[in-house]
Amino acid sequence: MSTREKAQVLDETGLDRALTRIAHEIVEQAGGGEDVALVGIKTRGVTLAERIAAKIAGIEGTKPSVGALDITLYRDDLRLKAEQPVVRSTEIGFPIKGRTVVLVDDVLFTGRTIRAAMDALMDLGRPRIIRLAVLVDRGHRELPIRPDYIGKNLPTSRRETVAVLLREHDGMDRVVIREE
Amino acid sequence: MSLLIRNGRVVDPASGTDGVLDVWISDGRIHKVGRGLKTPGGAEVVDATGKVVCPGFIDMHVHLREPGFEYKETIGSGTRAAAAGGFTAVACMANTFPVNDNRAVTDYILARAKVEGVVRVYPIGAVSRNLEGTQLAELAEQAEAGCVAFSDDGKCVMNAELYRRAMEYALPFGTPIISHAEDCHLAHGASVNEGLVSTELGLSGQPGAAEDVMVARDIILAELTGAHLHIAHISTAGAVRLVREARARGVRVTAEVTPHHLLLTDEAVRSYDPNCKMAPPLRTKRDVEACQEALADGTIDCVATDHAPHALAEKEGEFAEAANGIVGLETAVPLLLDRLVRPGVIDLPTLVTRLSTAPARLLNLPGGTLAPGAAADVTILDLERTWTVNPATFHSRSRNTSFGGFTGTGAPWMTLVGGVKVTP
Amino acid sequence: MGWKRKDLLGMQDLEASEITDVLDTATSMKEIASREIKKVPTLRGKTIVNLFYESSTRTRTSFEIAGKWLSADVINFSASGSSADKGESLLDTARNIEAMSPDVVVVRHRASGAPALLARHLHCGVVNAGDGAHEHPTQALLDLMTIREKKGHLEGLNVTIVGDVAHSRVARSDIFGMRRMGITVTVAGPPTLIPAHCQELGVKVSHRLEEAIASADVIMMLRLQHERMQGGFIPSIREYSRVWGLSLAKLAPCRPDVLIMHPGPVNRGVELAPEVADSRYSVILDQVANGVAVRMAVLYLLAGSKKA
Repeated sequence: MSTREKAQVLDETGLDRALTRIAHEIVEQAGGGEDVALVGIKTRGVTLAERIAAKIAGIEGTKPSVGALDITLYRDDLRLKAEQPVVRSTEIGFPIKGRTVVLVDDVLFTGRTIRAAMDALMDLGRPRIIRLAVLVDRGHRELPIRPDYIGKNLPTSRRETVAVLLREHDGMDRVVIREE
Repeated sequence: MSLLIRNGRVVDPASGTDGVLDVWISDGRIHKVGRGLKTPGGAEVVDATGKVVCPGFIDMHVHLREPGFEYKETIGSGTRAAAAGGFTAVACMANTFPVNDNRAVTDYILARAKVEGVVRVYPIGAVSRNLEGTQLAELAEQAEAGCVAFSDDGKCVMNAELYRRAMEYALPFGTPIISHAEDCHLAHGASVNEGLVSTELGLSGQPGAAEDVMVARDIILAELTGAHLHIAHISTAGAVRLVREARARGVRVTAEVTPHHLLLTDEAVRSYDPNCKMAPPLRTKRDVEACQEALADGTIDCVATDHAPHALAEKEGEFAEAANGIVGLETAVPLLLDRLVRPGVIDLPTLVTRLSTAPARLLNLPGGTLAPGAAADVTILDLERTWTVNPATFHSRSRNTSFGGFTGTGAPWMTLVGGVKVTP
Repeated sequence: MGWKRKDLLGMQDLEASEITDVLDTATSMKEIASREIKKVPTLRGKTIVNLFYESSTRTRTSFEIAGKWLSADVINFSASGSSADKGESLLDTARNIEAMSPDVVVVRHRASGAPALLARHLHCGVVNAGDGAHEHPTQALLDLMTIREKKGHLEGLNVTIVGDVAHSRVARSDIFGMRRMGITVTVAGPPTLIPAHCQELGVKVSHRLEEAIASADVIMMLRLQHERMQGGFIPSIREYSRVWGLSLAKLAPCRPDVLIMHPGPVNRGVELAPEVADSRYSVILDQVANGVAVRMAVLYLLAGSKKA
């Protein structure tokens, strides 16, 4: 299946501005009283969580805790696959109980990843509140899941894919739409 | 009643014959062998053009399992398998149930053979009572009843004193003592040959020395007593060397080898297929080469299948628990023709010697020749016939073979006993 | 991920990449042990049958915990108190169990080759938990995981395996797996306990303990079974432990960062002096913890997906 790039949706500056805005929104909603922790969903969600945490440090002076969550063991589609997907490790080095956890992912699509992430978080502890931050919301929800912080709303067709390319992984910062 | 086998290549080393000739059989005996024979009218004619006509093959190591283990094989099914495999006579071992250690059992076997047997059956009596290796069996009465040799095959007589006495006691009967040479302590618990394969597979193995040690002992006892010692199912280069050296010294020792010890190595065991479990176990490439060489130069006198039928349940399951042995009557001749004669390891006359002339001589049997006056036991081969080993079509009751699926060219075509066609 | 096999029967045929896949997966899954709720839903609805013909509480428990933490239904079938006692053949028992639709059968049997036989006849995956003296792959995998964890890498290390190699399935699996991963393996023991043709497996053979462990990064001690005195393999346990047992004194000239490993259960005072078993060199308990992680990884890889 070969894909061709159809359009660039965010360039480096646009991506950075989106993350800055999300950081401000998180800070604003926290109101200074909540103990917010960011948990990124592997793999790019973790990178985005790190960047947002750094921006929050710039705004508030202190950097919130950042954890990494691998949701492979909680996927609902394992039965349908011929080969097992790679399991990466979950590293959350702080207690979750009673905290406000903001899940961070790059693209929100059907919502199944977030459902799995919430189940995983619940098994690790009982957060007081779970919120969701995504860089791109491309629609086509299959479960009743909605984000709290959105970098960009992006209506897409099912045949298209949205790729978030990040410096740390892909050598550049951009968001593109691809089509088969 | 006349039967004429016309125009086949007659190979009869006993009479020095190898050429395209006719064989005239009359009243169950060879009447004449010559060119362009004219028989009286009404004689049946077998057109053997392109075929090879040999004195009937004799398998001197077969387990017919009757009495006692009829679920594995009977004298009826075993001899049908023999006929299908090109054999006109078999010598059957004593490890039946009850053991053939007294003439009552020998008589029973011969009586059953008369009714059910399709080829000639020659019983081999036990050396020791119940194969326990502590007391002599009634060798004199057994010889009188018709036993052609004595053997505790399946087990080794560990007690040298007893074995010496058996050799001495049997001397007047002219019956060879056939040794299953395997030191039971060195071989204790082993299910394969000790080597790289057994090490990798974590299976307990017996070294070739387990066989060699006993072959050496038996040779020395034969030397002491003057007995005719015959080594059953020889399998190691070491044992072959011992036999060769002993013969050079003048000891009356002879030996047989199975087709599987000529063609397979312990690499076959890697599959853990219990159909590759036998005693002695499959050995190494070096051992196989030594056996092939010895078969060619006559150090090994004959091929004997050690036909060992077992029920399916005894040959599936855990390797170490499986029964020992494979059937061989229906696969021996095709395999030998394809894997030894065709590539030129031995020539056809040598094969006939190893399968007919020699066994007859070793066991003092009539047969092994197509000379006029001999019984008309004839094996006719078709060297062009292609085959695939399909255990489901065996005439034997049992299907345990290592050779399932093997293919080749050259097979028995017709078997006659006393001038009567017995090919099933 | 490359895991395509229906069964895990041994280390001998595994590629290095397959071994790495298992180790990486096990490493990722290890943190489940430190959670408050030790459960992930990954194998929910899958049935795992532990078919243990040899009694083994430790290995069986390890597989059971691994299966349960992955939310699978784990059923234990031990040969004592089962139809196997009434003389039912191995194949018949297995077919009966298969008729109940398990997703994986974990089998331990005293006959080498038994798991291979089952794998040929069963549609579900088969994991070899130890067959005769042949292989014990999950043990070798947890050993490799432990070494990699402690040393950071595998290739180029020197591992010495000491003891009854001839009768040990752990030794065979370790030899096959370690060599595949680029480890130099030495086996050491009295000649009667080193199998024929051992050198052809690609290992060095030594009959002197001190020389064999002098430059070892890892010393793997094997358990001596008391039955070895029968059959003339060793004259006595006493002499064996004096000559081949590991004590702190014998460890003194070894590398200061040497690891002591043992597949368990340890014969304290025979192959390992108690002070050594409890010393800072010993990673025996890490092995046990990693055993659960490795078995979770294996069950995940074999049971979790739709098989064609």
